[in-house]
Amino acid sequence: MMNYDLVVVGGGPAGMAAALKAKECGVESIIILERAETLGGILEQCIHSGFGLTYFKEELSGPEYAARFIDMVEKTDIAVKTDTMVLDIDDNNLVTAVNKKDGLLKIQAKAIVLAMGCRERPRGALEIAGSRCSGIMTAGTAQKYVNLDGYMPGKKVVILGSGDIGLIMARRMTLEGAEVKVVCELMPFSGGLNRNIVQCLNDYNIPLRLSTTVVECHGKDRLEGVTSAQVDEHLQPIESTKEYIECDTLMLSVGLIPENELTKNVGIAIDRITNGAVVDEMRQTDHKGVFAAGNVLHVHDLVDYVTMESQLAGQGAAEYILNGEKETVYVNSTTGNGVRYLVPQRVNIKNGNDVKLYFRVGKIFKNAKVVLECDGKVISSKKKVKLAPGEMENVVIPADVLAGMNENSTIVVRVEE
Amino acid sequence: MCYDVAIIGAGVVGALTARALSKYKLKIALLEAQNDVAMGATKANSAIVHAGFDALPGTLKAKFNVLGCEMMPKVCKDLSVPYKNNGSLVVAFSEEEMETVQKLYDRGIANGVPQMSILNKDELKALEPNLADNVCGALRAESAGIVCPYELTIAATENAVTNGAECIRNCKVEAIDFADGVFTLKTTAGDIQAKYVIDAAGVHSDDIARMIGDESVNIVVRRGEYFILDRAVGNMVSHTIFQCPTKMGKGILVSPTVDGNLLIGPTAEEIDDKDDVSTTLAGLHDVKVFSTKSCPAVSTRNAITSFSGNRAHPVTDDFILGPSKVNPQFIHASGIESPGLSSAPALGEYLAKVVVDAIGGVEEKEDFDGTRKEVFRFRHATDEERSAAIAKNPAYGRIICRCETVTEGEIIDAIRAPAGARDVDGVKRRTRAGMGRCQGGFCGSKVVEILARELGCPINEITKFGNGSNILFDKTK
Repeated sequence: MMNYDLVVVGGGPAGMAAALKAKECGVESIIILERAETLGGILEQCIHSGFGLTYFKEELSGPEYAARFIDMVEKTDIAVKTDTMVLDIDDNNLVTAVNKKDGLLKIQAKAIVLAMGCRERPRGALEIAGSRCSGIMTAGTAQKYVNLDGYMPGKKVVILGSGDIGLIMARRMTLEGAEVKVVCELMPFSGGLNRNIVQCLNDYNIPLRLSTTVVECHGKDRLEGVTSAQVDEHLQPIESTKEYIECDTLMLSVGLIPENELTKNVGIAIDRITNGAVVDEMRQTDHKGVFAAGNVLHVHDLVDYVTMESQLAGQGAAEYILNGEKETVYVNSTTGNGVRYLVPQRVNIKNGNDVKLYFRVGKIFKNAKVVLECDGKVISSKKKVKLAPGEMENVVIPADVLAGMNENSTIVVRVEE
Repeated sequence: MCYDVAIIGAGVVGALTARALSKYKLKIALLEAQNDVAMGATKANSAIVHAGFDALPGTLKAKFNVLGCEMMPKVCKDLSVPYKNNGSLVVAFSEEEMETVQKLYDRGIANGVPQMSILNKDELKALEPNLADNVCGALRAESAGIVCPYELTIAATENAVTNGAECIRNCKVEAIDFADGVFTLKTTAGDIQAKYVIDAAGVHSDDIARMIGDESVNIVVRRGEYFILDRAVGNMVSHTIFQCPTKMGKGILVSPTVDGNLLIGPTAEEIDDKDDVSTTLAGLHDVKVFSTKSCPAVSTRNAITSFSGNRAHPVTDDFILGPSKVNPQFIHASGIESPGLSSAPALGEYLAKVVVDAIGGVEEKEDFDGTRKEVFRFRHATDEERSAAIAKNPAYGRIICRCETVTEGEIIDAIRAPAGARDVDGVKRRTRAGMGRCQGGFCGSKVVEILARELGCPINEITKFGNGSNILFDKTK
């Protein structure tokens, strides 16, 4: 058995940032366990630019953004095991992992940061009728085939879902010579970033059809076409709007799901909306010494925010390892009108610092206000020209407001139209 | 070369027949039109081992079902295939349906079904608390079970091949000639000669019979649609829950699977295109609605995937077995709809005996081994077993499929096995890689890589299930 102060599960942007921050805070022994062959996570296949504008104040590609962190990790004595899959975490923070070289690994950790990222929602969850032919894949899988393996997964493409990966792949496939016929989005708005709609669809004249879905796939061996249909206000397909679209590929970009199988096995409480753990402002879960950050906690829009959140988790883990448990008085954060979720879900009012609450709205709001209310008092009210579900928002609870709270206090974030 | 026996169709019946025949000193060919075995009705059905109370007394269905149900545990044990004796319940929702339950019980007695009882509401709810509150009672059959039909077929094929049978895939029979006591099968893999032919071609068995001029077989194709739900709800019921049967079949069932998922379905719809296994919005809707009648908490929000399978319904409503009236060397194994899977072990033995008796004087092999070595499954292994396996072969230490915890070693084993996997779905059926909640989102491309490496071809030649189901086109610019 090995012993490490901190075990970080996942070597993507979240895991690396958490490990680096913990190192900076003085944690001596840290190991990152990564299931892929290299560090970097999903960024390795995101060869487009647009990363780092917030954190580095410059525009980088995914691999460039990852490389900056990989370089920093390599300059430290943080241990890294790639091609290593974590199988289990027990009640006492004993981690079981496996790889080809070491076989089964047992690692006793003082603290753990969960940074496993997320996965794409597959077809099965969607109830698209029809054939189970080849040519139906998630946008992320298609991205890997094109960018890492160098093969075309399709020539005539329909994309269902306007999540960011779908939008990025619409442009990518077009640049590689494929014909992207249409992007269909079930909702009356896109779940992707506005800049991606402009740069990946509009710039290439790829139509985005809102309130439209794919109801059936056709083709015996390879996909030959799909039937699309507009949906009514209950999201049910309207028969008279059915349309056959010839294509050999259907790419799905219909949502990301935090990968929390390990988290659930430990018995950590999960937020029903985010599908990630319930955490406090340092991203500690309800299981002592276990922290979570990045897309495993809630799906982020920008990797820059993943980095910043994971630094908090790294710092939290370091404080836990070096100083033990802190005095805590928790107050839950509550979602008000228009707010789908809030992370963190609870705040330690003894924290002593400003606390940033991240959230997403449930629909598009124009000229609305984001209101933070503590103990029934409006703490802040910020005007927003536009709020969209595709973009993460945040509000800050000032340290002095927290200091004035008690265990019966309330924190509410809501949108005022 | 001329085979003694050619079996057309490597479904569960064809494969178990090949295995039963491989006990004898005979040259056997198991022919499959598709890229893999178990691609027809065998791949997509309810995966139930019925107790045998459904079929009318005196029918072949009744006889072989009861026999097969009794044989299934040992066959599965010998072939290292998961089987679970979970028992079944036919649930009644009214006093009228309780009469049906009584009728089924009586029929079961007549068919020789052991361990049956009629439960009242309280007994039933004590056994299955998640059933609807308006249940009245049920027929319980403790001998019923669940099995994985394609694993059984894959294992039986492997075992037959290990014992000397040949399995020829992508071998679609297009015409049959007969001269000098020998059949010549014109196939997509060339001409194949055989003295005896067993027609186990499922929905196409009537087409095959017509190739020798036998018009007596008539198959109507009935499509059934299903959902597979996540393991998180796999223990909602422990028994296989049937509703009272109708003319079209046994109704919508709710059942655990041997892999721990929950299966709901099927619909029953007669269709014209024998190979159309599309799902339909209407069919899936019916499965959703009718499954909640038994189990209100069942929700397709937990769906991992949906699928449909085509059953070969004989217009005579009973299995068609034995020598053709047109040519006694052509043996029917047609119309094998439910309870076909349950009957398959008994059908295999029976069909083998028909051929062996007809040939006469056939000797058994001294070295026949009817057992298949247990396949290493990382997810089922203990830490000690895992460490030992990785020490022997490091590929067992590399997880490819995260959701089902399948290692590279297991995938390589599946490809290198006798009549091993040649496509992505073949790997999936043999190892469960890609069968979990992400449905191959992460591991799919890795499975493609491993297949290409093992089969020695570029990755764009790898298919999902043979034919033109390639996954990738040309290289990028």
